[in-house]
Amino acid sequence: MASPADLRGGSLDPSTARPVLDGADIHRALTRIAHEVLERNKGADDLVVLGIPTRGVPLARRLAGRMAEVEGRPVPAGSLDITMYRDDLRLRPARALERTEVPPGGVDDRVVVLVDDVLFSGRTVRAALDALGDLGRPRAVQLAVLVDRGHRELPIRADFVGKNLPTSLRETVRVLLDEADGRDAVLLGSEHGGEAVRA
Amino acid sequence: MRRHLVSAGDLSYDDALLVLDTATEMAALGQREIKKLPTLRGRTVVNLFFEDSTRTRISFEAAAKRLSADVINFSAKGSSVSKGESLKDTALTLEAMGADAVVIRHSASGAPHRLAYSGWIGGSVVNAGDGTHEHPTQALLDAFTMRRHLCAGSGDLAGRRVTIVGDVLHSRVARSNVLLLHTLGAEVTLVGPPTLLPVGVDAWPCAVSYDLDGLLPKSDVVMMLRVQRERMNAAFFPSANEYTRRYGLDLERASALPDHAIVMHPGPMNRGMEIAAEVADGVRSTIVEQVANGVSVRMAVLYLLLGGSRLSLEADSASAGDAAEPDR
Repeated sequence: MASPADLRGGSLDPSTARPVLDGADIHRALTRIAHEVLERNKGADDLVVLGIPTRGVPLARRLAGRMAEVEGRPVPAGSLDITMYRDDLRLRPARALERTEVPPGGVDDRVVVLVDDVLFSGRTVRAALDALGDLGRPRAVQLAVLVDRGHRELPIRADFVGKNLPTSLRETVRVLLDEADGRDAVLLGSEHGGEAVRA
Repeated sequence: MRRHLVSAGDLSYDDALLVLDTATEMAALGQREIKKLPTLRGRTVVNLFFEDSTRTRISFEAAAKRLSADVINFSAKGSSVSKGESLKDTALTLEAMGADAVVIRHSASGAPHRLAYSGWIGGSVVNAGDGTHEHPTQALLDAFTMRRHLCAGSGDLAGRRVTIVGDVLHSRVARSNVLLLHTLGAEVTLVGPPTLLPVGVDAWPCAVSYDLDGLLPKSDVVMMLRVQRERMNAAFFPSANEYTRRYGLDLERASALPDHAIVMHPGPMNRGMEIAAEVADGVRSTIVEQVANGVSVRMAVLYLLLGGSRLSLEADSASAGDAAEPDR
């Protein structure tokens, strides 16, 4: 999971979790983001949508699908694993890698839309920018996230946001997606074990 | 993952799959324009080679460099070892220089184990071949190659029939392969002249046979071992010709293999001895691919041993499952 939230948070305590977005909300948010991306870029020419594993990848596919419906032609989507570029590798045991799949056209001179589920500290996006730099030289990079929960630690902002969600650092945001979890929802709650599990 | 990789038998089923899956992602890097990752920046990998090697040393060096580690190559020739320095003193020197990992090849079986568990050094030890004992990264790259050809590059090797032919007695590759392939669920059969099978081979998790021709039609993989003449201090078979006639893989024998079967060799080959040149260069041969896969597999091993926190290195392999889990 690419989101920095899980670096500090443990898992979500189910007894305190409350839904902040349901399936229909997520659907509407993605549809709006799809239109915003197309409006900003004046169409889908040269667009490549790359999701950050794990939850960013199905979101990227949905977003590309939504844009393809509007534009009437396919929009390439893929995934970008950032594990090897993280700045906290030495704080945790070595972790398994996720898949990087760049659509056949590559990223050179394209407009890359990075997609993640939750924007938190901004460190994941920093790593994604480094990873992208090793894949090629995009003309521009834009960032779309389903939830922006604040608490940035780096000068990074999202271009497209599904929902701005004010949170406290003690809280955990969890995005559930049909492809991975069997249902669509965004949950907000306190974390299991409180301070003890913090990195 | 554990802290050291000394034996292929150290790898649990989950560990082995984690290495192979990680290697799959590393292999994708080879297709890119920039074949480098920043992951091991600031870490030092020492290649400590007491025995001659080209492909293994270069492979480890390429793997470490692609992960941005600093590489120090140490070969016994031209070093203080030729003045009589002991393994311990060499190890202490490396420790003083701050080596995070030591990749060791040694002619004495057990030298990597001594280096890893004697407390001389604090870093990770990777066995790159010790005497006639083990060569775990070779087994991993062989398993990786088999998985690519027979299992579409994912999962384990359950039920695949692997025939390993030749000089098992002197082969560290055979021992590591038997252990790892057994862990991954493959059925291994060792074939060779009785004089070239080690004492106690019946206790290994594999079958033993002297009938190569009977096995070939049922094999998914046939792996030819090099006849290691430099280690032979006795007469193990009457003549090279007789060995080739009974255990060499020529075109006629290779034609008995099923269509999907692959021919492997860990190299370096004695062409015309254990394998005919036509077979070594044929379409079934994965010998060159094995070398390329070696870099990916060694990158995976170095990443998993060095990529995480120091703390994770202390943990036993039971925690490897946690590390492999997505965070939430």
